[in-house]
Amino acid sequence: MRGGQWLDRDAGPVVRPYALTGGRTRPIGETFDLLALVASVDVGYLDNMLLEPEYLEVMRQCRQPKSVADLASDLDLPLGVVRILLSDMRQNGLVTIRQPTRTRLADPQLLKDVANALRKL
Amino acid sequence: MLSASYNQDDFPPSPVSIKILIAGGFGAGKTTLVTSVSEIKPLRTEEELSEPGVLVDTLDGVEQKTTTTVAMDFGRITVRDDLVVYLFGTPGQHRFWFMWDELALGALGAVVLADTRRLADSFPSVDYFEQRSLPFVVAVNCFEGAKRFRPEAVRAALDLNPGVPVVLCDARQRASCRDVLVTLVEYAIRLISDSEVMSSA
Repeated sequence: MRGGQWLDRDAGPVVRPYALTGGRTRPIGETFDLLALVASVDVGYLDNMLLEPEYLEVMRQCRQPKSVADLASDLDLPLGVVRILLSDMRQNGLVTIRQPTRTRLADPQLLKDVANALRKL
Repeated sequence: MLSASYNQDDFPPSPVSIKILIAGGFGAGKTTLVTSVSEIKPLRTEEELSEPGVLVDTLDGVEQKTTTTVAMDFGRITVRDDLVVYLFGTPGQHRFWFMWDELALGALGAVVLADTRRLADSFPSVDYFEQRSLPFVVAVNCFEGAKRFRPEAVRAALDLNPGVPVVLCDARQRASCRDVLVTLVEYAIRLISDSEVMSSA
């Protein structure tokens, strides 16, 4: 920090991140991976007044499935906070969360595909 | 209670996610490498953390726990519609290992970026991946003005197992970073086929 002054982001967020989660630091329910895919559930009618703005933003961003890491980055919120928001939303039926497909990590053919694709970068 | 109009089964097929860690000491070029080969975005975590310098596993120091924000470099390479490679650049010091444990889970492997001027900064990363048997390659980032070393010299200095690839790279060059990633994936393929030979013998 230059000159000992707290400016902008050096001063920290205006709302402490975990205020969004009511101070909770652990998600509820089954744990999910950093690369799990989140999709908003089409609940038909949404009363915007009843949902937290962060919930609405997650719903909007996850119309196409998006990884938890991508979502945290795009929301500019810490990963831990996003996990708690998502676990709450899952419990309320607003999103589905699917674990990443990685059972084929030991599949040499898949890895050869990855190597070939990377070569073309 | 809100009623869902579609359920988990309607979820489109998930792409296969390949996770690669980019490790190395402070200033070794992790951010540069991730930027060179992928769309990069910052990813923040806010975590409980022991005081710097206090070993995470010892009981003394638990009372000093505090919260900190760790910024990671997070890159994505969309290989195909159904195949995405994620790169995670994480700080290499011991005190960030709580993040690594999650990142290493299910990872294909890791690139340890080394700066020959501060080779010792790579030791924690090398130890970490060796202990967890995660495939890794050492990429020596050739900084301008730094003395060039042969890969064999770096291998000896880091006391690496014979099979671990050591390559020279320039983290600013896309092609060079791409080659490092290809080396890692090929090494992972070799390890898989070796273990299949071992188990069928």
